[in-house]
Amino acid sequence: MRHILSILVENEAGALSRISGLFSARGYNIESLTVAPTEDPTMSRMTIVTAGSDDVIEQITKQLNKLVEVVKVVDLTEGNHIERELMLVKVRAAGKERDEMKRLTDIFRGRILDVTDKSYTIELTGPGEKLDAFLGAIEPGVILETVRTGASGIGRGERILRV
Amino acid sequence: MQLTGAEITIRCLQEEGVEYVFGYPGGAVLNIYDELFKQDKVKHVLVRHEQGAVHAADGYSRSSHKVGVALVTSGPGVTNAVTGIATAYMDSIPLVVITGQVPTHAIGQDAFQECDTVGITRPCVKHNFLVKDVKDLAVTIKKAFYLATTGRPGPVLVDIPKDVTQASTEFTYPKTITLRSYNPVTKGHAGQIKKAVQLLLDAKRPMFYTGGGVILSNASSQLTRLVRLLGYPCTNTLMGLGGLPGTDPQFTGLPGMHGTYETNMAMQHCDVLFAVGSRFDDRVIGDPKHFYRADRKIIHIDIDPSSISKRVKVDVPIVGYVAEVLDEMLRLLESSPQRPDAAALKAWWAQIKEWQRKDCLKYDRKSELIKPQYVVEKLYELTKGDAFVTSDVGQHQMWVAQYYKFDKPRRWINSGGLGTMGFGLPAAMGVQLVNPGAMVVCVTGEASIQMCIQELSTCKQYHLPIKIVNLNNRYMGMVRQWQEFFYGNRYAESYMDALPDFVKLAEAYGHVGIKIEKPGDVEGALREALAQKERLVFLDFITDQTENVFPMVPGGKGLTEMILAEEL
Repeated sequence: MRHILSILVENEAGALSRISGLFSARGYNIESLTVAPTEDPTMSRMTIVTAGSDDVIEQITKQLNKLVEVVKVVDLTEGNHIERELMLVKVRAAGKERDEMKRLTDIFRGRILDVTDKSYTIELTGPGEKLDAFLGAIEPGVILETVRTGASGIGRGERILRV
Repeated sequence: MQLTGAEITIRCLQEEGVEYVFGYPGGAVLNIYDELFKQDKVKHVLVRHEQGAVHAADGYSRSSHKVGVALVTSGPGVTNAVTGIATAYMDSIPLVVITGQVPTHAIGQDAFQECDTVGITRPCVKHNFLVKDVKDLAVTIKKAFYLATTGRPGPVLVDIPKDVTQASTEFTYPKTITLRSYNPVTKGHAGQIKKAVQLLLDAKRPMFYTGGGVILSNASSQLTRLVRLLGYPCTNTLMGLGGLPGTDPQFTGLPGMHGTYETNMAMQHCDVLFAVGSRFDDRVIGDPKHFYRADRKIIHIDIDPSSISKRVKVDVPIVGYVAEVLDEMLRLLESSPQRPDAAALKAWWAQIKEWQRKDCLKYDRKSELIKPQYVVEKLYELTKGDAFVTSDVGQHQMWVAQYYKFDKPRRWINSGGLGTMGFGLPAAMGVQLVNPGAMVVCVTGEASIQMCIQELSTCKQYHLPIKIVNLNNRYMGMVRQWQEFFYGNRYAESYMDALPDFVKLAEAYGHVGIKIEKPGDVEGALREALAQKERLVFLDFITDQTENVFPMVPGGKGLTEMILAEEL
């Protein structure tokens, strides 16, 4: 099953490689990983999307907690949460494709960030499935380039992850 | 007062009460060596290879409960030390390894003797640091000692670039340290402990299965009291030998791949398994699917939450220091009116006695050839079970574990997790240094001993009167055994051709060497060696080449699928 792990980690050189190294050394999957400093600059927050049975996820959580630089680990998928991912996609947009692409972008509540006479660069935010759906809705041939951030997540309501 | 990084490093070691540093100098650590030279509180032991330095620090720690300290230079100094570090990591041994690094401005430039030390060692340390500013040095070394010794112990590495050892700053050594991201749980959960005690009291077929955690947590007296109070059978793993005295009638012998028949049967057929500081290792329980029993409850105490339910689901997990949890259990048991079910226990012991009748450790005592088991038994008799015994890895290691009855903890020093050949001799050096005057024996084989044989020179320099018992069967015995059982007697590269004359070799290093070829000479040679209190004696026992370690659970098989000696 897919899980989203939120991790608070000391903002120190090497912390990222300790965490990614743990996943590769123990044979766990990483679907995506995002990391950036928090409002407290001594700490970073990481979101890792991984997959595994309950036993595997339990081990991953324990192993992460064992790392000296890891301050806290929460499995967001254990409760209500919000998940967002940002995608930039450059598409071919010439002739009548331009209107069609603009309409589709509006339907998915995306924004066109950059325009040339032959292309659009579209920004789209949402859960991963929405981004997949957008890519599915346009003809594969017109996609010139895509870049995705991987998921970031946060608990709903009173669920708060901080020290 | 302003001190240089090199001075600070030594001052920190003095503050930590470090007696011995095991190391080897080189370019990046010359400033530190210069400061070592100028003082006499911290003594340095010069090894002949950095692997030996870390194993020696490791043996020092295992036999004394102190932190072992090693000091090596950058690049090859570090890469040579990696085997030692990984060995300590697998067995949770508290070490602080200080490594030199090229100057900060040269890092990443492929400088001479540069390697990414923090990167290379990351997967085999509890934690590691690169100190880029001399102002961080003292606090980092404090952190290293703190991390190495608390929670689940382990090796911690501090990488110090050469310019950091030259730079100066004000020196203050912090008395205590806290890390917001590191707070190991030490006291077990009261409710879980209660549940565990109840489960133990209600058990009909109980079994204690205790490991290295008992030794590391200095909990053998608590364990022994608990085992005797309840009257239950108990096995100690390879890492846990000496946790319960090996001569205790309730001790059933080793578990696992080369465990006794009765222990493995009891592990499988008990109704309550009490795991204490042990981790359901593949060499102990075999195939977890085969090991699973729906009608068996498992209690597991461990300081490391990730050890719990890793390979085997447990019913009552307790995270905490073994010693503290056992203290609490003893308190509850002693104040409880309930006693174990005497009738059930009697029947269970009768079953275990029945299994013991297999006499699974019997071997041919009439052989014309020297049987390795016989050498270990004689060694046990003559040292009255009171020696510190280190070993390398292979058949000889298993024979010591099976035939030498350790009555005390921290007497049996071996590489259990990583299984590092070459561990025994350098580890014995550390053991001898921290236990001067004690009997220290390194039981080894002719293949293992050659992996760190250069340390015979260190033993000479520091007058370490270690007794080396070389069980020489002219084969990598354990490899040969697997090839005999599972590879149709095709002995691929397991034959040790062109062996040195070990007697002459020992003599060349300035030691005493004795070759023993007949069973009748075994006892005399051992007596002669043990009487030489001031000298290292190398005993080269020419043993039966075909001897195998029994019982044996083939890799990946179930725990009760044992091959016994008579079945072949």
